[in-house]
Amino acid sequence: MKVCIPETVMNKAWRGFTGRKWKEDINVREFIQSNYTMYDGDEGFLAPPTDATNRLWARLQALQKEERDKGGVLECETEVVSSLTAYGPGYIDETLKDLEQVVGLQTDKPLKRAFMPYGGIKMAEQAASTYGYQVNPALHKIFNDYHKTHNQAVFDAYTPEMKKARHNHIITGLPDTYGRGRIVGDYRRVALYGLDYLIQMKEKDLFYCGGRNMSEEHIRLREEIAEQLRALKGMKAMAAIYGFDISQPAKTAKEAVQWLYFGYLAAIKTQNGAAMSVGRISTFLDIYINRDLEEGTITESEAQELIDHLVLKFRMVKFARIPSYNELFSGDPVWVTLEMAGIGMDGRHMVTKNDFRFLHTLENMGPAPEPNLTVLWSSRLPEAFKKYAAKISVDTSSIQYENDCVMRPVWGDDYSICCCVSATQTGKEIQFFGARANLAKCLNYALNGGVDLNTRQQVGPEITRVTSEVLDYDEVMHKFNAMMSWLVELYVNTLNLIHYMHDKYYYEAAEMALIDTYTRRTFATGIAGFSHVVDSLCAIKYAKVKPIRDEEGLIVDYEIEGDFPRYGNDDERADEIAIWLLKAFMKKVREHHTYRHSEPTTSILTITSNVVYGKATGATPDGRKAGAPFAPGANPAYGAEKNGLLASLNSVAKLPYEFALDGISNTQTISPNALGHNEQERVDNLWHILDGYFDQGAHHLNVNVFGVDKLRDCMEHPEKPEYANFTIRVSGYAVKFIDLTREQQLDVIARSEHTFL
Amino acid sequence: MLGKIHSVETFGSVDGPGVRFLIFMQGCAMRCRYCHNADTWRTDGGEEMTADALLDRAERYRAYWGSEGGITVSGGEPLLQIDFLLELFDKAKQRGIRTCIDTAGQPFTRREPFFGKFCALLKHTDLLLVDIKHIDPAGHQKLTGMPNDNILDMLRFLSEQHQPVWIRHVLVPGITDDDGCLHRIRAFLDTLDNVQRIEVLPYHTLGAYKWKELGMVYPLDGVQPPSAARIQNAEAILGVRR
Repeated sequence: MKVCIPETVMNKAWRGFTGRKWKEDINVREFIQSNYTMYDGDEGFLAPPTDATNRLWARLQALQKEERDKGGVLECETEVVSSLTAYGPGYIDETLKDLEQVVGLQTDKPLKRAFMPYGGIKMAEQAASTYGYQVNPALHKIFNDYHKTHNQAVFDAYTPEMKKARHNHIITGLPDTYGRGRIVGDYRRVALYGLDYLIQMKEKDLFYCGGRNMSEEHIRLREEIAEQLRALKGMKAMAAIYGFDISQPAKTAKEAVQWLYFGYLAAIKTQNGAAMSVGRISTFLDIYINRDLEEGTITESEAQELIDHLVLKFRMVKFARIPSYNELFSGDPVWVTLEMAGIGMDGRHMVTKNDFRFLHTLENMGPAPEPNLTVLWSSRLPEAFKKYAAKISVDTSSIQYENDCVMRPVWGDDYSICCCVSATQTGKEIQFFGARANLAKCLNYALNGGVDLNTRQQVGPEITRVTSEVLDYDEVMHKFNAMMSWLVELYVNTLNLIHYMHDKYYYEAAEMALIDTYTRRTFATGIAGFSHVVDSLCAIKYAKVKPIRDEEGLIVDYEIEGDFPRYGNDDERADEIAIWLLKAFMKKVREHHTYRHSEPTTSILTITSNVVYGKATGATPDGRKAGAPFAPGANPAYGAEKNGLLASLNSVAKLPYEFALDGISNTQTISPNALGHNEQERVDNLWHILDGYFDQGAHHLNVNVFGVDKLRDCMEHPEKPEYANFTIRVSGYAVKFIDLTREQQLDVIARSEHTFL
Repeated sequence: MLGKIHSVETFGSVDGPGVRFLIFMQGCAMRCRYCHNADTWRTDGGEEMTADALLDRAERYRAYWGSEGGITVSGGEPLLQIDFLLELFDKAKQRGIRTCIDTAGQPFTRREPFFGKFCALLKHTDLLLVDIKHIDPAGHQKLTGMPNDNILDMLRFLSEQHQPVWIRHVLVPGITDDDGCLHRIRAFLDTLDNVQRIEVLPYHTLGAYKWKELGMVYPLDGVQPPSAARIQNAEAILGVRR
């Protein structure tokens, strides 16, 4: 089966591009490496927003205000099931549509939330009814009586033990009521190759799949490729609705941006995953922009406008969510994660002018949580870029940093971050997202013979309870290890089941159509309550911890005598327990079968769910009170850090990334006055901190630069115009502070007070 | 030799150039009424550490220092432990670490044995941050319980030696912020040729709780931090470049 793009088309679309392999097969990485232009200069070339950008952004801000005033949702669909072609064209504003350089909305109206029942009809209906919308009863009937959804399938198969563990929040946040997300299509392929070529390539894969050996695996794959082909054809039809023919490769920068966005739009019209990342698109698009600039067909102002308008679209991605989801992932995040910079396998840095343009959107249109701009850091990046990124952090607190030097050896130089901190090779790999296991609760189970303190149910195995007057380190470790083994087995089994059903009932055809047919899969697990377990074990080992028991003999609180080392102080005694905990958990995960030949990984990441998880967890031996929030991600516990920011960073930097390939999230807030006397010093100090942290092998850092006073004032006066777009980084993503629940606002304030003034 | 260390801070960004490891020495003879580190006054407390142990600790953060950062010794009054400082900075220089002293200059004298040690110390010191608490001798005596003639003399000496300094002045409303005094500081600074930078540090009350913890009455109870206008005024008179 010969597959090719007509020569006349190639000559036009690929004019001036060099390289060979990417022309003979789908290979976007090779295209980038052969054609990108390094940029070592500073931000001097950047252009201000155009009049069109200002007008569109003003309109969108007005819509966002309306949305907030209506309780967080502007409008919900109740009649139409979302699909690639469910709607006619939609624009930010019908009267301004000629100004939009990039077009395409999820529905027919801006910020209107689509009806997406395949993850679970109950949730889709509840999401609408929460905001006062009633879904058409006919749809209720269809998705209950005629068509099964993912959520129902999972609950059909769950064991009683799984349901109990889930109900007791020892494993929680599971993608069994919503799309698992985190699958990043290689949207660049749409621009580089056009749909016809991609369709032919998938047809070829289908042709050769399973002919000799029609195993169950091949049958399923054949069905999936067929779904992918349907999605590709649907993408063409979707683009045609907006008046575009994307069957051939993009010929200009404007087309490349638009084609790529259509690929992404297909994903967000058909999936409501928790994280819907767009991936590593900055360097790729720079190649097109650079060519047009050289040919004199666009100006820098027009180039910036294209990027601004693309980012406008990313700021508009919305899904209808239920209240329990919003408690886990607060502030309406969608993780349109987008990467920039990094170093190539050949040693050249990958900073382009486009990386500056994407960062500059935060100046042209002000701070915003989406897209989730991620700088792939290396101390070898050009200094001018480091300074500009640091400046944007100091001014907007809207970007995150991840260490390219620990990720590149594992994932190469064309990986995307598929959520907050999780790398996947773009177009080559997918991840099965698995939420997290609550290890702090697991420790309580170990002490209390598997009984949950909140529900009093026997959830874990009925091992003997700890009965001593003072907790003995060896005894606790023995029991904790056993309880963790039970938990990990149950957790992995639960995830296996969820992903089986997700593949079956809510398959990501549009994203998978833009990923190699024979893909590598990772199986992501996660840890919650990390620092509290570490500090608890330290307290038991180095101080005297006396359990306080209730009338049923359950340990409900602790009395701690004496000092003990805590994680977050660069103290080896505590940090070695942290390293042990991560390794022990990961080794246990590796013992189990993981679905579809996937490779197990883990993360230390909680998103904003640290508040909910903490609420459901009793007191812990580190002195944390029952119901108190956990520290987020891999952050040290609140108030534990006694030796300043760098000691805290050093502790987190010691965690071996190789054992947490799904990411190690750390969020720090620094008061501007503590970062330097003036902007120049703050910028210089910040990039030095990043160099020092990442050169030691740390993985991730969210940087916030503001004082607690600002947070307090914003909580009390959310109506002030200057707070409408006040963005902060929380564990793994950015959020508008006013969109957090009061509980989470208080948590962020409490945490910031403990950090570095 | 052992130094008496009150505490360390791994991330200092406003006490000398770049990112710095701050060492707070135990002990001070001055009794500044606004002191926010009153817990460092006693000379008999603190954790005893060798210079090498301290430098080993500091070097854990070397990765963050870049080409400007390093260590800053503050206090307390670091010059009270000048023998230890000499060893610390000598060893720091052997390790290629940039050094800075944050001092109020109170122990300075041109008499031996201090003076010879001080001259030796300067050889290993990249920068001094020197507080001028009050330019007026009587005002200084009242504010700190100590005279200021030797402190101003130290600044003159440092100028003669072309030793770079940053000058700091804590602005306390009603005590150190009157225009006359500020002009006198400026006039004094005009006689020096080694001032790289001048900083106005607005008085704050974050250290007041320590006085209460130590069972002492906070003498500036009720004094508010200076207004933005007063800070600007002081910066203008002293010639602060932002």
